Amino acid sequence: MNPLEGYVLLSSLLFAIGLAGALTRRNAILVLIGIELMLNAANLNFIAFWRYGPRPAALTGVMFSIFSIAVAAAEAAVGLALILAAYRHVRTTNLDRMNHLKG
Amino acid sequence: MSLDATFLILAAISVAGSAAAMGLRNAVHCVLALTAGFAGIAGLYLYLGAQFVGFTQIMVYVGAVAILAVFAIMMTHHPGQAEEPFSRYWLWGAVIAAAVFLTLARAVRLAFEPAGSVLAVPPQAPDLTVQQIGEALMHRYVLPLEIIGLLLTAALIGAVIIAMDAKEDPAMEDAVE
Repeated sequence: MNPLEGYVLLSSLLFAIGLAGALTRRNAILVLIGIELMLNAANLNFIAFWRYGPRPAALTGVMFSIFSIAVAAAEAAVGLALILAAYRHVRTTNLDRMNHLKG
Repeated sequence: MSLDATFLILAAISVAGSAAAMGLRNAVHCVLALTAGFAGIAGLYLYLGAQFVGFTQIMVYVGAVAILAVFAIMMTHHPGQAEEPFSRYWLWGAVIAAAVFLTLARAVRLAFEPAGSVLAVPPQAPDLTVQQIGEALMHRYVLPLEIIGLLLTAALIGAVIIAMDAKEDPAMEDAVE
């Protein structure tokens, strides 16, 4: 098997695990973590294609994953702040019980 | 060239950590398993020759995001109130995720089907130094770097304002307004 194929398959598996977590968990924080896992799977693809691509000297994949990590960190901070703000209103992080718009 | 043992071990660590993070019942255990998964992915970055990204992954994900998640779980935890951790529709979610994985895996297998056509011989690992990354960030990617700085500042201030409890402290309320 081509090494790049192994990395792409691994990244699809990580993406699917993150998606499964985001779709099945009740805790909003763990849903956010599932989204982080999906972002990580995409980053792994960037690095794998940079490493096995035709022009690794261009640094494109590395730059893309660095910026993607920065955006993901900002997203995690704002997401957790939103969860805490919602928790203050409804006193739960259970998404099945957050079913009304007016707090 | 086939897959080597290092890749398989790191892949097993990251998949097992991620699967445990999404499958365990206790939320704190989930985050602990998640750090193992993130560390496995960081190991893969290091193994691919992207040292800077690997150490960034360790600092940002294993360090910051996991600790942030643990704090959020502790602040929203009700002791003695055990809730079912999975949604009512967990079966649908699992089926959708499995379907996505099978579709992606099939597409990947088909894309690599004619053996030797796509990048069959991997090039030598590129020798990437932090100096090169710094020079690229300061020259070619300086505008994205500035925009990311602005985004992080805005996200930081926004997160503090969103999470701040303005009602309990009148002084804080004045500060916000």
